Amino acid sequence: MSPEKEAPLLAVEALEKRFSGFRALDGVSFEVRPGEILGLVGPNGSGKTTCINVITGLYRPDGGKVTFEGHPINGLPSHRLARLGVNRTFQVPRPFPSLTVRENVAVAAYHGRRAGGAEIETLLLSLELDAYADKPAADLNSAQQKMLDLARALATGPRLLCVDELAAGLSRTELERVALRLRAFAGSGIALLVVEHLMGFIGEVTDRVVVLNAGKIIFEGTLAEAIRDRRVVEVFLGTEHAV
Amino acid sequence: MLRGVRDSLVVVVPLTAAAALLPFAYSNELLLFNFIVFLVLAQGVNVIYGFTGYLPFGYVGFFGTGAYGFSLAVIHLHLFPLVALGLGAAAAVLLALLLTPLFRLSGAYFAIASFAAAFAVYEVVSNPHLDAITKGPYGISLSQIYNPQLSYGVAVVILAVTLGVTVYLKNSRFGLSLRSIRDDSLSAAMAGVNVVRARTLAWLISALIAGLIGGVFAWYVSVFYPETVFGAEFSVFAIVFALFGGVATVSGPVLGVIFLYGIYNVIGISAPQYFQLIYGLLIMGLVLFLPGGVVPLLRRWGIDVP
Ligand SMILES: Nc1ncnc2c1ncn2[C@@H]1O[C@H](COP(=O)(O)OP(=O)(O)O)[C@@H](O)[C@H]1O
Ligand SMILES: [Mg+2]
Repeated sequence: MSPEKEAPLLAVEALEKRFSGFRALDGVSFEVRPGEILGLVGPNGSGKTTCINVITGLYRPDGGKVTFEGHPINGLPSHRLARLGVNRTFQVPRPFPSLTVRENVAVAAYHGRRAGGAEIETLLLSLELDAYADKPAADLNSAQQKMLDLARALATGPRLLCVDELAAGLSRTELERVALRLRAFAGSGIALLVVEHLMGFIGEVTDRVVVLNAGKIIFEGTLAEAIRDRRVVEVFLGTEHAV
Repeated sequence: MLRGVRDSLVVVVPLTAAAALLPFAYSNELLLFNFIVFLVLAQGVNVIYGFTGYLPFGYVGFFGTGAYGFSLAVIHLHLFPLVALGLGAAAAVLLALLLTPLFRLSGAYFAIASFAAAFAVYEVVSNPHLDAITKGPYGISLSQIYNPQLSYGVAVVILAVTLGVTVYLKNSRFGLSLRSIRDDSLSAAMAGVNVVRARTLAWLISALIAGLIGGVFAWYVSVFYPETVFGAEFSVFAIVFALFGGVATVSGPVLGVIFLYGIYNVIGISAPQYFQLIYGLLIMGLVLFLPGGVVPLLRRWGIDVP
């Protein structure tokens, strides 16, 4: 069954977020279905992180609606969202530096969605963090901290996972492994919203992309269609992330 | 679980036993009592600062509130000391509840605001116009319930319970969630931790501890003035002791009290001029070379201290 036929897990409608008059999100609407990987792309400052921040309860939207499983969730605090099954990684990883790697994941496993928290040791093993399990998270390098962010998010048992520039700064082999993993998560029914600059990675991982520019969606479709779209090309041409 | 048992055996049991038995071998019971008071206060600071990262400069406000809540319950309501102790502690917890909005402040602002709040309580209590209720600046006398043996014994029980609380925090899921909040409250929320609730709970527990020992202090000394139980040195000492040993540990605040309050009593009384110099140098050395306290250093040397 193709994902399009299922009811959306997450629906974002006419979302608005302003920072003292500046419209970081200006009427953004899209949907993500269970098991689907939606790419959210756009130049720097186009509002991708802000979009994740609003969905995950960091910011309250100034307008519009976020619906999860048919229930409105805008304005809910992050810990409630985490327990409902909405989670994320951070563009700049935010581990608990003085806690051990295992403790970092344990916090999420204890407090996240009741039934879904994956086994802590299994997670550490699958994200290649097992060797550092008893080390403080502050000792990890930045690629490992990204994996820890991911492990922590997964430990809450998410049904919607937003990943914010997870691939940036990873080596080619690491990239391939991460891509495989994200695919596997989707295969297990998790819906993913993937923010990424690396188009190769986006092409490999996503089913569909939404292109954001200055807080507005300018394109929705497959990546192959996107790179033939005149407006998308205009937005990306001249930027460092041109395809 | 296992570590909790081990921590109890290594710290809680011996310390409680020492506090209970030393009066039979050593005649200066007041000094022992003061040690207990600072052991409890340093652990109270540990609960809120060590486990959530908020430095309560006005921590003495809960101590004084406990002392006065206890005393007024004895004087006006003629309650038994143990019941009055509950009321004193409840007053301290109520004050903590009223102060929860301070958590919107961060870092130094929280520290200063909590100090101002403690000072405000002191000003109210010592106001001559409230003479009929609080005895104003003239102080409290509780000669009718004076009972050094029993109040000392109750202090030992409070010490044991307080140490038990820190063992629990160090080894439990609740303590882990508090430490995660201290590291990064935003990430903690995203991991599913109810940040506001956990932090408030730690704050109330910390106030409860200070309120209880404040009430017992009033009972034990039975004659005191507002400036006795609201003296800033209670906050400062408790904080310095806790930091010296290392917070978010069980043994850190204990080591801090035994070492620094020990020095204070050995040198501070006989040669106060040297004491201040030595104390000042010690604290500077601590800030410069041991920002995490003694316990992390011992752990780095491979000594597994609780
Ligand atoms: N907390 C904030 N306060 C003020 N402006 C912000 C804040 N967060 C984001 N912005 C602004 O909103 C715009 C979108 O930012 P962001 O969502 O981080 O972009 P992206 O992730 O697409 O690079 C940028 O212009 C940024 O400066
Ligand atoms: Mg971003």
